[in-house]
Order: sequence, then structure tokens, then C-alpha cells
Amino acid sequence: MSNPQSAAAPADAPAGIDPRGPRVGAGITAVLLIVVLLLPSPASVVVLAVVVASFALGAVRGVGGTWQGAVYRRLVRPRLAAPTELEDPRPPRFAQLVGLVITGLGLLLALFGVAWAVPVAAALALVAAFLNAVFGLCLGCEMYLLGVRLRSRAA
Amino acid sequence: MTRLLLIAAVLAVATAIGLWWRARNGRYTAVDPTVLAAADAAPDFPAATEQLGPDEIGAPLGSRATFVQLSSEVCAPCRRTHAVLETLVAEHDDLAHVDLDVTEHLDLVRRFHVLRTPTTLLLDPRGVVVGRLSGGTDRHHALAALDRLPVTSPRSTP
Repeated sequence: MSNPQSAAAPADAPAGIDPRGPRVGAGITAVLLIVVLLLPSPASVVVLAVVVASFALGAVRGVGGTWQGAVYRRLVRPRLAAPTELEDPRPPRFAQLVGLVITGLGLLLALFGVAWAVPVAAALALVAAFLNAVFGLCLGCEMYLLGVRLRSRAA
Repeated sequence: MTRLLLIAAVLAVATAIGLWWRARNGRYTAVDPTVLAAADAAPDFPAATEQLGPDEIGAPLGSRATFVQLSSEVCAPCRRTHAVLETLVAEHDDLAHVDLDVTEHLDLVRRFHVLRTPTTLLLDPRGVVVGRLSGGTDRHHALAALDRLPVTSPRSTP
């Protein structure tokens, strides 16, 4: 017995993507965030801005629309076997939005002169990107339901 | 040097979170049997216990057990769990599976204190919630949960 009416059912989901793409992209982002944490002040803000721009691309166009997605398609995927399963593109896209909010806030505060915002935002985003790349865990997605609960309480 | 230590610390924290998360996924938590027994014996059964009916989940209950999966749109493990439970239910005609979106069933989310997706409630033949599976669930997890179904009480419907 099944219940195909649910919005969560894969029936009405958009076309699947290779689940390894977002994880490779998260790995590249994690390396960039480590660079942010290693560099001195003006340079670290510039690299963080690159990360923010990448997350903005991903939030608008989906993970496949980022330059990390292009790197995966051009350099990594040709060396791998075909994916055994496809993934819904919406969860990783939501993760990009969460990354954009965290790093974007850090960048904004840095531009207003709050210097410690850069390492703090980079460290938080690094935890999320590392978990995504190594464990396949999407931290923002795990917290999504908490957000829905809070929003409905406020409404 | 301090920066390197900081990065190492951040990655260590992330690894700890990841290992904890992975170990927790699919773990079955049964409702305390004494609570179930007390609710069963109460004169106002089923009101004294947490019970779900076919109208609430939008599908008939399984004669042995029903998996009520609560999923969200942004959840990749939900899709895999959905496929696992659908396969299991297709093989056993005494099981049922429904997959509900949390944004459309916030009442259930609140009532059962669901904090993450997927969370799968396990219902006995009467619809009494006897336990839950938290997080992405594989076949092994689901079968282990079924093994721990309590023996149905005499008051159960046939």
C-alpha cells in the first residue's frame, strides 16, 4: 500500500541529479573556506566573497549551475562510473541557500568593520561543507523542520 | 600556527558530529512498554494513548504494522527511506506505508514532537504508535523495528 498523493513522494519531483556532484562541490567549498581561515585580513574577505558568490549561484540555479558543479562534470564525473541512483535537486539547492545565509552574513558584517565575523562565518560554513562532503549530511536540511515549526508558531 | 590548530579543531568537531549523526540514523526507539500497557488498561482507551486512524494518515492501516513516514521537500534521506519502505511493504501484504509532508501535517509534527526528517512512526494494527525510527532508514533498520513490535493485547481488533 502506498500513498502517492504526498508532496514528498518522488513522483512529482524534478529530474534527478548525480548525488556525488553536490558532495564534490562541498569538498571544493570546504578547501576554499580553509583558505579563508588561513589568509590574513583583506585577502580572506576576498576569498569569502568568492564563496558567497558561489553559494548565490547555487541557490538561484541549483548545484549544477555553480562553477563547482561544472568542475565536477568536466573533471570528475568522466572518471567515475555512472551513478547508481539519482537525487532530488531540491535538498542540495536548499543547502546552498543555507550556506549563502551563513557566509553572506559574515561578509556583510566584515564590510561593516566586524573583523571576527569572517573566521566565525568561515568556520561554521566549513563544518557544514565538511559534513556534506565526507558524510553526505546536509546540516541545513536537518534543521529545516525546526525552521518550519518556528515559522508556523510565529504566524 | 594558531590558525592551523583552529582549523584542526573545527574539522574534529565536524567529524564528531558526522559520526554521531551516522550512528543515530535509522535507530528505533520504542514507546515505553509500561506506558503502552497502562494506556491499554485505562478505561478510556483509546483516548489515553497516542493512536492514529486511517482518516488521519489518509490510508488504511496494515494488519500487522503501519509505517507513517514524515518527510520534507529538502530531505534526500527521505527519498531513500521512502523507497526502502515501499519495497518492504510490497513484499508483505500485512504492512502499510504512508509518506506525509511535514508542512502539510504540522499537527502530527507537534503532537509527536518530531524534530527531524525523516521520522517514521511505527503503528500497531490498532493504529497505536508503538515506536519511531529517526533519520534515514534502511531495510535492516525497518526489519529490526518490526521485530520489536509488542505482542498485541487481547483488546486489539482482529
